[in-house]
Formats: sequence, structure tokens, C-alpha cells
Amino acid sequence: MSGLAIDKISMRFDLPDRSSVRALQDVSLDLKAGELMSVLGPSGCGKTTLLNIIAGFLAPTKGEIRLKGEKVTGPSAERGMVFQQGALFEWMNVRDNVSFGPKMKGIKSSETKEKVDHLLDIVGLQDFKEKAIYELSGGMQQRVALARCLANDPDVILMDEPLGALDALTREKMQSLVLKLWKETGKTIILITHSVEEALLLGERLIVMAPRPGRIHKEYSLPFADLGIEADLREIKKYADYAVKREEILEMIWNMEEDIMGRTEVEG
Amino acid sequence: MGVIASLFEELLTILKTFLTAIPYLAAYIGFILVTLLIWQRVKRSFAPKRDFASLKTITFGDESAVKSNFAASVISIIAVFVSWGAFTGSSTIPSFLHMPEAFVGKTNFTYTAQSVAGIRDDASVYVIVHGAGVNVILPEVDDGQGFAKNDVMAVKAYRTKLLKWDVNDEETREIGAKIVAINGQPIAFGTDVDLGDIKVALTQKGTLNIKPDKGIQMEPIWLPAPEDVWGRLKEISTEGFKNYTLLEHLGFSLFRVVIGFIFGALVGIPLGYAMGLSDWFRGWFDPVVEFMRPVPPLALIPLVIIWAGIGEVGKTILLFLAALWIMAIAARAGVSGVRISKVHAAYSLGASKWQVMRHVILPNSLPEIFTGARVAMGVCWGTVVAAELVAAEKGAGMMIMVASKFQQTDIVILGIILIGIIGFGIDMLMRWAERVLVPWKGRG
Repeated sequence: MSGLAIDKISMRFDLPDRSSVRALQDVSLDLKAGELMSVLGPSGCGKTTLLNIIAGFLAPTKGEIRLKGEKVTGPSAERGMVFQQGALFEWMNVRDNVSFGPKMKGIKSSETKEKVDHLLDIVGLQDFKEKAIYELSGGMQQRVALARCLANDPDVILMDEPLGALDALTREKMQSLVLKLWKETGKTIILITHSVEEALLLGERLIVMAPRPGRIHKEYSLPFADLGIEADLREIKKYADYAVKREEILEMIWNMEEDIMGRTEVEG
Repeated sequence: MGVIASLFEELLTILKTFLTAIPYLAAYIGFILVTLLIWQRVKRSFAPKRDFASLKTITFGDESAVKSNFAASVISIIAVFVSWGAFTGSSTIPSFLHMPEAFVGKTNFTYTAQSVAGIRDDASVYVIVHGAGVNVILPEVDDGQGFAKNDVMAVKAYRTKLLKWDVNDEETREIGAKIVAINGQPIAFGTDVDLGDIKVALTQKGTLNIKPDKGIQMEPIWLPAPEDVWGRLKEISTEGFKNYTLLEHLGFSLFRVVIGFIFGALVGIPLGYAMGLSDWFRGWFDPVVEFMRPVPPLALIPLVIIWAGIGEVGKTILLFLAALWIMAIAARAGVSGVRISKVHAAYSLGASKWQVMRHVILPNSLPEIFTGARVAMGVCWGTVVAAELVAAEKGAGMMIMVASKFQQTDIVILGIILIGIIGFGIDMLMRWAERVLVPWKGRG
């Protein structure tokens, strides 16, 4: 039991108008150590809720999360998190942001210096170590966020649309970086995204979730993440296999969105 | 109804006063526009601009194109001092810039008296118009010919004086004599004759009222010249004012502000944190804070004087109260403004509650706290001056209040200028501290 077990998670809460929301229903997944899983779904399907439950920020109403056999009850350093943006600490420079986790454990900065420098080299920020966060571009800031997460050496890395706010070119570069980091560190990674292309490229496993209640709709096993470590991501996008999967999933999500819209209209 | 009617009357008075100011306002705006035109010409001919902004076709409405023009600031300040000098006859500016000044010197006129019998006789009046604080010894004049005798009198500039011309005359008003002409110009009761340097009016009672020309300069008791204020600055910074030197007066005001602010911040910031972090504390203190916040600190002065007297303790309590709510609200806003993703990130990186507080919530709230501190220091400075105006033994406010009672307008003006400079200095200092200590402000 070295992996992450998501065991029959349900999440239901009341609204002020006394109706209740079933954000998640009976979501079960097992992740082996070192797996890379992407999660897709239309808005409101509960994917961010699921991630927050795994991180320990939310408590499920039923079921439990176990990491290496131990039940998750709150946030901890073994489950690192990378947010979309704005989660860096502006009052610290790049190096202090990256060494934040070890510092919280009481490790002296002199002892982590080498590791932090190495991580900043990997994410390509070797020349920006002493810069202030607000002096960096959006892509660079996400590189810092990745390095900060890795510096803490977590078992699982949870990514909540980490590349969502970046422009298309930067985003492609960052996708390669995520794959590279996954390969080098062998971490278990769960990545939530809105982009079907990103989900295909950055997932050995791809979960498509459906809304109302939030549940797992379909699961895929994909070769593109492994291929992407060697090949150019843009080449992979030209593969016939990739294009077929992309269209299939887009169609699936499109239908779900249509379904929601239709239902809302009837209800309204 | 009566109230509305009297309010309406008041409104009319205000509007009338305002209307009299409009020509001056228009002239001032005209002056600004003229300097603008001149500046544009001068700039175009000397240094044609080739930067990016010069290529913009839309500047009106483009906020980024509007920056404070340094030349305009300089001209504006110079204009203030020049007009100050011009209206006070200051020796620091060339005399051709001086506005027409009040008449000071010797002059004379002739009045024509008519006796009951209809006989007319002329007599001369020698008038000496002198400045304030000058002792005038009236010269002897001969009586002259006829029943009307020559007079001599002294009048203070900006003042008027009645002349009982018939005191030394043989035909007096009592027996029916009256004045019919001044310098040959016929005059009736209740009218006057303008002689340039002075105006001579004939009152209903038949006496003469001598009004020296006031010019359009300000009387020193209303507005002293810049050099008088400067001289007063030198005087009271060495000799002091009311038992304390100038530095002591200003120092005590500043000291009160700093102490009051520090206490206010020491209590207000933790209070704000408690309100930002706990719903119980928020609920507990919200009514107090929200009630006290709109109460102007000045309204507390009477109560504070009743409770704590006019000494340092009372002043400190007042300034403490002035700073307290501002700092509490700023700290509360700072805590509430932390992005949840930062807090989540810190917990996911293994931080404890205390570490989240120390490394995330506290630094994240600093920009808001600095903004609050700037506001609080400004309010405290205003409050301390007002409190000293009401009652104090020393301080900037006390200085101008006492000076105004003795009509030492130069000290009042000096005090106002120094209070302004110190207030400005405090704000600059706080801005500088903000730039140095929280450079990430507004860039999160």
C-alpha cells in the first residue's frame, strides 16, 4: 500500500435555501506510486472539490482518502499542492519561496541551499534566485510554484489547473517541464485541467468526470505522457491516435455541457 | 417654517459671498491657462519631444498621459508667494509688483464753512496718516484768517477719524455754522469727497470723517508680509513663545502624535487580527468599531478633557482613540484580504497554524496596515492640533490659538505653515517606509 487510495468519497452539503448539493458521489480510485493522472470534466463536476479533499482542505461526508495506508484528515507536507496562480509569497524572494517547506520543518536554509539551487536549475530559474516574485512573468512564477512543491519532497503532488492562466506558448513549455519533472522525480501527480489536450498529454491515466452528482464517467489509459518524455509534444498532437481520443473526449464533455444547459433551461 | 426661512436667508448670504469671489476665481484660472500656453510655446521651441507619449494622438482621457507637471507646481508655489508679497507690500519682491498700498504721509485740504449769517470762510486741515505703532507729535499750525481756523490731525492708516472742525472756530455748529465745500467742491450731509489720498465725508451731525485711502493691500494684522513671518520664525525659534521654544511646541505636538499612534497601533493591530481571524471576536467588536469609526476624534475632546484633563494623559488618550479604530480596521482588512490559496499552500507545505500566522497572514497584512498607519498618522496630527487649540500648555495648536488671541497674525500664519509642513513630512516618511518595508504592495 504505497499509493493513494480514494475510497468511495461522497460529498454533500446544504445550501442556505435548504436544498443540498451532491458535489461528489462514490468516487473511488487507486493510484500507484509514481502514477500521473489527469482529471477532466465540465465545470461543476466536482474535480476541484475532489482535489481539495485529497489535499485535506475539505472533509468528505462519506468515504476516506488513504495515503500509504494512512487516513488523510487534514493538509500535510506529504501532499503538495500547485495552484493556478497567486499562491506564492510576494514578501519572499524566489529562493525563500522554494525553501519555505523545509524551513517550516525546522531545516536550516544552509542545509537546503544545494537542493533548492538544484531545483531552480531544473525549472530553469538559475538566474532568478534572488528576484522578487512580482518581478517574474506568469510562467516563471509557476516554475517557482513547482520547485517550491518539489523542495518539500511530497509523496503526491496535486495540481489545480497550474497552467490555466498561461499563454499558449508558455503553456506548452510548461507541459514539457511537468513531464520532465514527473520522470525525474517519480512523484505521484494528480493534475486537474480544463484543457482536453493537456489532459491527454499529461496523463498516463485520464479520468473524465460527470456533474450532478460529481462522479467518474470514464477512465482512459494513455501512452502520450510516456511518449512525450522523448518526443516533441507538438509531434504527439499530430498522431492519429491522439486526434481520435481528443475528439472523443471533447464530444463527451460537450454533450455533458449541453445536458446541463438543457436541464437548466427546463428548470428555469 | 421659521427655520427654513432663516436657512434660506443664510443660503442667500453664502451665495452672495460666493458670487463676489467668482471674478477672482476666473482671473486665477485665466492666469493658470496663460501660463500653460506660455509653457507650451516655450517647451515646443526649446525641446521638441520625440518620446513615445508625443506620438499619442489621444491624450485627453488617457489617464497615463496625465502626470504632475513639475514646472506647473513650481510656478504655482511662486505665484502664491508673489501674490502674498504683492498684497502685503513685501520687500522681498520688486515694488512694481506691489498692489496699491494704503496711504501713509502728510496731506491737507481746505473746508469752506458757512455761518448762520451766510458768510463763508475757508480753513486748512493738515492730516498726518501714520502706520501702527508710530507716535505722532502734532505740529503747531497758525489759525489763519477769518472765523474758520486751521486744524491739524493724525489718523492711523486703515482707520478713520472724526474731525470736529468747529472746536477752534468762532462760528460753531451749535450756533448754526456748517460746512458747504471741501477743496472748493460742494458737499452735502451724508456724502463724501474723494481727494485721492484721503476721503472726506460730511456726517449727518455736521462733523468731518477722514478716511485715508486703504489701497488694496492687506493690513498686517490680517496678513503679515512673508518677511515678517520669517522674522517671527527666527525670533521664536531662539527666544520662544509663551515659555517654550518653537522646537518644544512642535516637538511636544509630534511626541503626542507618536505616543498616541504607537499605543493605538499596539492595541488596534492585535484587535484587528483577532477580528479577522475569529468570528466570535469579529461579532464582539464589530458594533464597537463600527460605532466608533464614524465618530470624529475631535468630538471626543470635551469628554477626554472632563475625564483626563488637558495634560499629556488626556492628549495621549485622545490620539490613542483616533489611531485605534483606523489601525484595527486596517489590520482586519489585511487579514481578511489574504488569498485562501496562499494559506492552503502554506498548510500543504507543512506549516503549523502559528507558522501560517507568522509567515503568511502577518506579512500579507502589512500593506494594509501601512496604508492604515498613514491615514492614522494624518488623522492624529490633525487631532492633536485641534486638541491643543482647545486647551494646552504647549504645542503647535496652542501656539496659534494664543497668538490669535493677541492678534499676532504672523505667528498664526507661521504656525499654520509649520503644521502643514510637518503633516506633509509625516506622510512622506510613511510613504518612504512603505516603499522600503513592503515593496510587494499592490503587486500580489
